[in-house]
Amino acid sequence: MPLILDHVDYVYGGDTELAVHALKDVNLVIPDGQFIGLIGHTGSGKSTLVQHLNGLIKPTGGSIYFNGEDIHDDDYDKKKLRSKVGLVFQYPEHQLFEIDVFSDVCFGPKNLGLSKKEVELRAYAALKQVGLEDEFFYQSPFDLSGGQKRRVAIAGVLAMKPDILILDEPTAGLDPKGRDEILDQIDSLHKEMGITVILVSHSMEDVAKYVERIIVMNKGSVLYDGVPKEVFRHYKELEQVGLAAPQVTYIMQALHEKGFPVNTEATTISEARDEILRVLSRA
Amino acid sequence: MGIIKTEKLVFEYIRRDEEGNVEGITRAVDEVDLDVKQGDFVAILGHNGSGKSTLAKHINAILYPTEGTVWVDGMDTAKEQNLWEVRQSAGMVFQNPDNQIIGQVVEEDVGFGPENMGVPTAEIWERVEESLKAVGMYEYRKHSPNKLSGGQKQRVSIAGVIAMHPKCIILDEPTAMLDPNGRKEVVRAVRALNAAEGITVVLITHYMEEIIHADKVFVMDKGKVAMQGTPREIFSHVEQLQELRLDVPQVTLLAYELQKSGINMPDGILTIEEFVQSISNCGIRMSAKADR
Repeated sequence: MPLILDHVDYVYGGDTELAVHALKDVNLVIPDGQFIGLIGHTGSGKSTLVQHLNGLIKPTGGSIYFNGEDIHDDDYDKKKLRSKVGLVFQYPEHQLFEIDVFSDVCFGPKNLGLSKKEVELRAYAALKQVGLEDEFFYQSPFDLSGGQKRRVAIAGVLAMKPDILILDEPTAGLDPKGRDEILDQIDSLHKEMGITVILVSHSMEDVAKYVERIIVMNKGSVLYDGVPKEVFRHYKELEQVGLAAPQVTYIMQALHEKGFPVNTEATTISEARDEILRVLSRA
Repeated sequence: MGIIKTEKLVFEYIRRDEEGNVEGITRAVDEVDLDVKQGDFVAILGHNGSGKSTLAKHINAILYPTEGTVWVDGMDTAKEQNLWEVRQSAGMVFQNPDNQIIGQVVEEDVGFGPENMGVPTAEIWERVEESLKAVGMYEYRKHSPNKLSGGQKQRVSIAGVIAMHPKCIILDEPTAMLDPNGRKEVVRAVRALNAAEGITVVLITHYMEEIIHADKVFVMDKGKVAMQGTPREIFSHVEQLQELRLDVPQVTLLAYELQKSGINMPDGILTIEEFVQSISNCGIRMSAKADR
């Protein structure tokens, strides 16, 4: 179910001298099944934007349509929207609270008013989707490692069966292997279930590796919106707004400047390797 | 003896169930021997739960060894009479800047540490000024900390520590919550402190690119030091690092991948310049024109 943002504006502290224009005329179409990376420096409006997507914040101008309906119409069922657009906050493990892992994941679907059986089936499926072993199901969530806790928190949102899954920096604070594990799992959820994923990230390397579309926010507006290669072509402009390109992009640029006829568009290690091998073999 | 030295350091804690019965003992740090020279830049790597933060907390006496000894600037951290001096010698910066800033104004926050040490007022102001200048935040001295970006807040936290004139500073994942620019700002400030002021730095991080300039790297696993050496030595072992749930900078990984494909590249490439140089050394240099 597509999500459309039409001239969305958001101003807070509007009546005071301290008014901040957090979003300025944002127009986006998020079609079904895309894997999107949302990047921008701290304070660029990323988090404000994602909180608009499931109706946590109401825009001060413009409209948001989910599946063709305006989500701020008086008779619109926001609760249903929030079950369809799942938002995983930063450090979601801080929101775990139940006595065991399984109960924690059940909390969301239970509040949708489903039968006990359906709730448990969903919780089980969600925990399997994030790759948590059965042996952890009846442990206290607080006894798990950082990466495991985070998976439980993501399972809690998946158990709501969202069509769109938004994750705000899901890998912050995890070790490199933990980062890869979480992102691989999200990638397979996207591939196997066709779920739309919006990944908010500060890691250009991760974004380059996984997503098919990048939205760059700056000062509350959309600066770039395109496939990773297109967006990272603007690496100099990205630096000016506090971002960067993956290190691979800089390597390819440096090689090119040195006179190697490499195509500078590679954004992942395997693309760069293949491109360098191609150039070396032709020499 | 170096500025930080540990000998057979062991830290164990008792796990208890809800009724308070003992479930078992976890050994978080297991016989670690460290020796850090004054003025060194040392990095500690390790996966989540490898014991690196627990180790770091021993250096400024937040935790005491179960067995073994930790000395900071020659002082045994387990002796209570050394407590304040140890904490003054070894300052600590944590992951989340919002948990470390208490002042309403940047300069007041930075002055908090020296004020608590009983430093005379005039000298506090001098220290605040030099500390903020050292991290490049002097122009924000009159600002409210909560209006700063993450990288700026973290640099204020660092200034707050160096205003206490420590001999070493321990940073536990100071960049984990920051955007790329914030990460760069913090790493640059830390490197400058080390190079210009000679402050010993212990940096714990999950970002491999941040430590390529370190003098020495320790890799922790299951409470033990699993690997140690210069960044080049450590990053030459790509597979071993991956087994320890870590990785290497992208440039190192790309060189390693090319090596596997039969290209003659040296081990442990750390920078883009080195990488480009190595490719050039392959003797296959052509002009871009020939291709077009």
